Amino acid sequence: MEGAAIQRRLTWLVAEVVGLIEETPNVRSVVLTCPGWTGHLPGQHIDLRLTAPDGYQAQRSYSIATPVDGERVTITVELVEDGEVSPFLVDELRVGDRLELRGPIGGYFVWEPGRGDRLQLVAGGSGIVPLMAMIRARVLADGDEPVRLIVSARSLEHVIFRDELADLATRADGIEVVTTLTRRQPPDWKGLSRRVDREMLEELSWAAGDDPICYVCGPTGFVEVVASTLVDLGHAPKRIRTERFGPTGG
Amino acid sequence: MTEQTHVDGNALGGLLLDVFGREMTDQSGCCGECGAVSAFGSMIAFRDAPGDVMRCPACGTVLAVVVLLPTGLRVTFESIRWIEVRDV
Repeated sequence: MEGAAIQRRLTWLVAEVVGLIEETPNVRSVVLTCPGWTGHLPGQHIDLRLTAPDGYQAQRSYSIATPVDGERVTITVELVEDGEVSPFLVDELRVGDRLELRGPIGGYFVWEPGRGDRLQLVAGGSGIVPLMAMIRARVLADGDEPVRLIVSARSLEHVIFRDELADLATRADGIEVVTTLTRRQPPDWKGLSRRVDREMLEELSWAAGDDPICYVCGPTGFVEVVASTLVDLGHAPKRIRTERFGPTGG
Repeated sequence: MTEQTHVDGNALGGLLLDVFGREMTDQSGCCGECGAVSAFGSMIAFRDAPGDVMRCPACGTVLAVVVLLPTGLRVTFESIRWIEVRDV
């Protein structure tokens, strides 16, 4: 349905870490080059597999943060304190290390520029990652789809891609960005300071009558609230795509 | 907010590829209990059970369970009436 970039069979590939970007105190982007990569669509993810010296394997899924760029794939990983894989990726991984991955995976939570729909994006915490791939693709393609993004984060320092989002918000090229800080706000904060709720969605997201396509990504509880509120506000369930991270996110 | 542990069928996209040999999150299945038709990517997935459990987003019925074995994996189709695979 999504064209050639959705792969029908997958094998494990070996990728090399070529860059590491500290996004927030507990989130890091990992830039990989992956020989054999066939391209991907915004919203798709990879499966990443780590193998311990004793043969034990752990496998996790990570959203791709960037649009297609040859053999280059960037994932953005949030540290899950008691996790098996993310502490290694966030704290231990070094440039030059090799990782096993396969992908791209996903044909449901995907979007590509040129469809013309108004786009409503709602992100909780690291839920911004696949949505950022969509926004970056829209910018790269110089698309004209009107985009509204609501980002919810605990504090300003927890907003992933903070500078890039601030830049997008000031460019006035059809991408509107609203940030809400749920736990701690800077003294001069003029933005929102509560969890995403009905009033916020009613005021700041596209109305159901505009027939936007909505992508909601974040921790499970966040996604449940946002998606059900959008339905309450009259959005057709078919126009709401969700991706839940589970209880902790990342 | 109570702690909720489920994710979406999106997360099982890789596993579904292992089973079906193709991308399945944009394909649909019909619940054998309530008849709701949903995309695999929108089904409710529990990954912390012994095995991955997929439930109907409409009625919560267990549709399928995927269990990893030392030799590969096994899927039990508990309650899927049909699966439709579209090429366009």
